Amino acid sequence: MSVEAPVRAETGTRRPRAFASLVKALGISWVRDRSQVFFNLILPGMFLVLLVSVYGSNETPVPSVLEVGDVPVLERAEPGDFEVSGAADLDAALEALEEGDADAAIVQDGEAVTVYYSQTNATTGVIALEQLSALVDDVNVAVLSEAAPDTPVLELETDAAEDNSLEPVQYLAPGILAWGIAISGVFGAAGTLVDWKRDKLIRRLHLTPASAGTFVGARITVSLLVALLQTALFLAVAVAMGMELSAWTWFAVPLVLLGTAAFLAIGVVIGGIAKTGPGAAGLSNMVTMPMAFISGAFFPLTAAPQWVQWLSVISPMRYLNDGLQAVVVQGASPAAVLPEIAFMAVFAAVVAVFAWKTFKFDEL
Amino acid sequence: MDAAIEVNDLQKTYRGRRTGEVRAVDGVSFRVEAGEFFGILGPNGAGKTTTLEIVEGLRRPDGGEVRLLGQSPWPHSPALSQRMGVQLQASSFFEFLTVREQIETFAELYGASRARAAEMLEQVGLSDKARTRCQKLSGGQQQRLSIACALVGDPELVFLDEPTAALDPQARRNLWDLMRSINDEGRTVVLTTHYMEEAEALCDRVAIMDAGRILAVDSPAELIRGLDAPTRVTVAAGQLSEERAKELAEGETAASDDEAVVFETRDPQRLLTALAAEGALDGLAVRTANLEDVFLNVTGREWRE
Ligand SMILES: Nc1ncnc2c1ncn2[C@@H]1O[C@H](COP(=O)(O)OP(=O)(O)O)[C@@H](O)[C@H]1O
Ligand SMILES: [Mg+2]
Repeated sequence: MSVEAPVRAETGTRRPRAFASLVKALGISWVRDRSQVFFNLILPGMFLVLLVSVYGSNETPVPSVLEVGDVPVLERAEPGDFEVSGAADLDAALEALEEGDADAAIVQDGEAVTVYYSQTNATTGVIALEQLSALVDDVNVAVLSEAAPDTPVLELETDAAEDNSLEPVQYLAPGILAWGIAISGVFGAAGTLVDWKRDKLIRRLHLTPASAGTFVGARITVSLLVALLQTALFLAVAVAMGMELSAWTWFAVPLVLLGTAAFLAIGVVIGGIAKTGPGAAGLSNMVTMPMAFISGAFFPLTAAPQWVQWLSVISPMRYLNDGLQAVVVQGASPAAVLPEIAFMAVFAAVVAVFAWKTFKFDEL
Repeated sequence: MDAAIEVNDLQKTYRGRRTGEVRAVDGVSFRVEAGEFFGILGPNGAGKTTTLEIVEGLRRPDGGEVRLLGQSPWPHSPALSQRMGVQLQASSFFEFLTVREQIETFAELYGASRARAAEMLEQVGLSDKARTRCQKLSGGQQQRLSIACALVGDPELVFLDEPTAALDPQARRNLWDLMRSINDEGRTVVLTTHYMEEAEALCDRVAIMDAGRILAVDSPAELIRGLDAPTRVTVAAGQLSEERAKELAEGETAASDDEAVVFETRDPQRLLTALAAEGALDGLAVRTANLEDVFLNVTGREWRE
């Protein structure tokens, strides 16, 4: 014989309550996982502070130069161009260079000026070399002009092509934020799926009146809330570092949500492949690291080789970065970032469908 | 009585790239009456979990039919889930949540009150652990919490998949009491186990399962009676000469070695009286047939745990 289950009227109205309690349970476990809090909320801000202080100072460092014997040409240098100290002899000077104690050593014998530059501190060594040769050129020009006052000489002026007013924090922040959103999404989804495979929690929840779908929805909601919290905290750090927010900054909200959806989809693909937590983290790294570099997250894409710029076309992180740069920094209106929005939406949809089709639900 | 579960000719084959084909469930049929305590007893790998998962509606069988409280468990129906409680083989909890948060979350999912959640913790004896994180509970406590989560929705039907596996004997006995009380409340209980004594102690009826098949289903007492096996009576050696033992056996088997004399009898009362009169009860042990012998009989091989 068959017994019909009593139809329960409250099953429909109970769904929101089940959803809310799942969001709460997952939210609590997220907050209690300190590594999550550090990784998602603190790390991106730390990265910003770090990178701003590396790229941050626009002043070029003052090269320290060792004067071996008497070097008259140095007397023509502007005060503050070099940090000059004396050296006993050439050997001592070269040794100091090797130790990295100075950037260059200079010897003058009549008209012959010899510069030894450090390869230990390659960058500052080259800067010292360039500035010293500029100094020698200046001296030559002065001498020649004196000898032939009627002959015109070429003067070289250099200036950075970018808008001088853009502080480093302004162009760094959107990229690092996009990277932060990406790692939360990818690592979060991949790690969560591996946990679910291990704990079989989703099986258990599938057998409650709330469906597994409600549970997955609750987990995605937690990820989206985390992304918004992360964005708010990050922008607060950026403002403290001197960032100016445009009036359209609020439009970062839909951009961040859409970006998170795209990164969660990538994470689901990874979580479908990985068997263990470290495996999931490794694969996530393999995806997010190169993506950060081809997306202009840490340095402007214009500085990257052409092939990198080509590759970046398929990276959702690039579109999130560009979109955030446009609305938060440049104050572009939402209409201007429609292409970025369209790309992220299509990307998220395509990867989500792929993840859905290839995922082995049996493993959950 | 109404059937709580009717299972007919279930088939399930796993196809793994490395393992090849495994016929995990091969033509399983059984029926569980409402209010019954039903056990599935079998060694590891017998197909108990797979059978249970198909009955619960977690897995789709390759063939066969399941009726659960009169409905098909596949696809998943919220109304049916409301009437059943499940404890899976692996304890599945939300990470980082305390015992109370865990049970209250499950209560919400079943539409049960907080008071009911607290009552369940009390019933499984975890009230004093309410603030402990689930991952810090002992194995037995985790199983209790799992059972509490299964009961919080006040189900008619409860599935328990090897709840006592890997527990120490004391914790196992405690769980037995809990499981008995669940059945005494009028709930139908389906338990899988690979412990003979457990099935014998708890179940109204037991299905003996091996290699994907159910080989016998009946009450433990009937299964053992059906064996028609003699009772083994053992006394310490040195109290009876070999001849005297033969005489007392009255034509039944008696074997002696350096340590003991072992009788096999169908009339233990007569033999024991005779032994008592003889004053030869030192080191007495009486062993009737048990489910282990039933297993040996139906599978043709020794029980291995
Ligand atoms: N997901 C799976 N994939 C492949 N084989 C499986 C899977 N689950 C169980 N098996 C195999 O099916 C058989 C029955 O397993 P199971 O139902 O777990 O038995 P039991 O619960 O009685 O120990 C075993 O041989 C096991 O290795
Ligand atoms: Mg099992």
